[in-house]
Amino acid sequence: MEDAHEGPANATEYIVHHLTNLHLGEGFWNLHLDSVFYAVALGILFAASFRFAAVKATTGVPGRWQNFVEMMVEFVDTQVRDSFHGTSRLIAPLALTIFCWIFLMNFMDLVPVDLLPEVGVAMGIEYMKVVPTTDLNITFGMSISVFLLMIFYSIKIKGAGGFARELLFHPFGKWMMPFNLLLKVVEELAKPVSLALRLFGNLYAGELIFILIALFTLSAGGHTLTETLLNLASPATISYLVIQVILGLAWALFHVIIITLQAFIFMMLTIVYLSMAHEEH
Amino acid sequence: MSINVTLFVQMLVFALLVWFTMRFIWPVILEAMEEREQRIADGLAAAEKGRSELEAAATEAEGIVSAARDQARDILGKANSRAAGIVEEARTQGEEEKRKRLESAKAEIDVEVNRARDELRGQVAAIAVAGAEKVLAREIDTDAHRELLDRLAADL
Repeated sequence: MEDAHEGPANATEYIVHHLTNLHLGEGFWNLHLDSVFYAVALGILFAASFRFAAVKATTGVPGRWQNFVEMMVEFVDTQVRDSFHGTSRLIAPLALTIFCWIFLMNFMDLVPVDLLPEVGVAMGIEYMKVVPTTDLNITFGMSISVFLLMIFYSIKIKGAGGFARELLFHPFGKWMMPFNLLLKVVEELAKPVSLALRLFGNLYAGELIFILIALFTLSAGGHTLTETLLNLASPATISYLVIQVILGLAWALFHVIIITLQAFIFMMLTIVYLSMAHEEH
Repeated sequence: MSINVTLFVQMLVFALLVWFTMRFIWPVILEAMEEREQRIADGLAAAEKGRSELEAAATEAEGIVSAARDQARDILGKANSRAAGIVEEARTQGEEEKRKRLESAKAEIDVEVNRARDELRGQVAAIAVAGAEKVLAREIDTDAHRELLDRLAADL
């Protein structure tokens, strides 16, 4: 830890540092390496572990992991059957992917806020945001994909004419065509926007609160381990540490619900929106 | 925080993941689950069938046992009546035999008695003649009175 990086001078710097992505390129071609890295890694984790269960799947007595995977599949399948009344080979696997992947990405929020960034710093990586779903690009990437599917299915099921009619003649008939179009466009656009912002907002706020809780003992951080331990020896810092641990634990426990719920909501709304896209009005 | 190329990378990754799940995970697991469901259903049906078969077999066995019991009772009854018949027959036969023997013995005894009587009669006649001879030794000529004595002996 001899040439440890400069610790954050104050709370503002600490927070800003935590909210800055590791990026490559500028402007539109700015690529958030950390978000993409964690998103891809967790995606591979999901795909590989579920594929493992699928390969080993036996029709006899299932093992623990297969049992879990089947439970997830059954759970998603039930949700899809309940809400979606068409036949589609895409919707259910899509819903499963959304739920598991978003859950895993959200779960990164429960990893201590400084752990992975510090490891990154030790490896010479200056900035690192470990929760991909606190990146608008990630949440919008998913919700826009869902939006495109909605349009695709609307046109596929109702035909281009049917879809156009739906945009133009509802809800007020043909004399109100421009107004109808405006209303419909807003209604349709609100779906991906709300989908992305809801997930982003919840996770971003959660992450921010973890960062704020971490501020309690920020002042104790020294340049070396010994220095830090020495700083921690004062009664005031110790009480701050205790408060930080209690608050951190409480928020983490509450957050377990949020990350699961947000993953579930994203999945359910995707199913519902796609189901609506399949229905004729 | 800005929207940039990360979004499109994410869309691409998302599409790939969904494709992978759709192609390699979902159908395989669902198929395994459905197959197991089928197997369990088959197993339950087989168990049900086995149970009803067992029930039928038990009923059949009960029928056979009760038929056998009836038959045994029948045989026993017949045997008893037959034994009684045999005993009765034997008794009748015995009685018959006894009667015959008795009769033949009686006849024999009669014959014997008659013979003894005849003999006795002869001897009595002889004794009487001997006595009479002794008494009348001098007075009666045996030859002269033979006819008379014989007639006497015949009357005894």
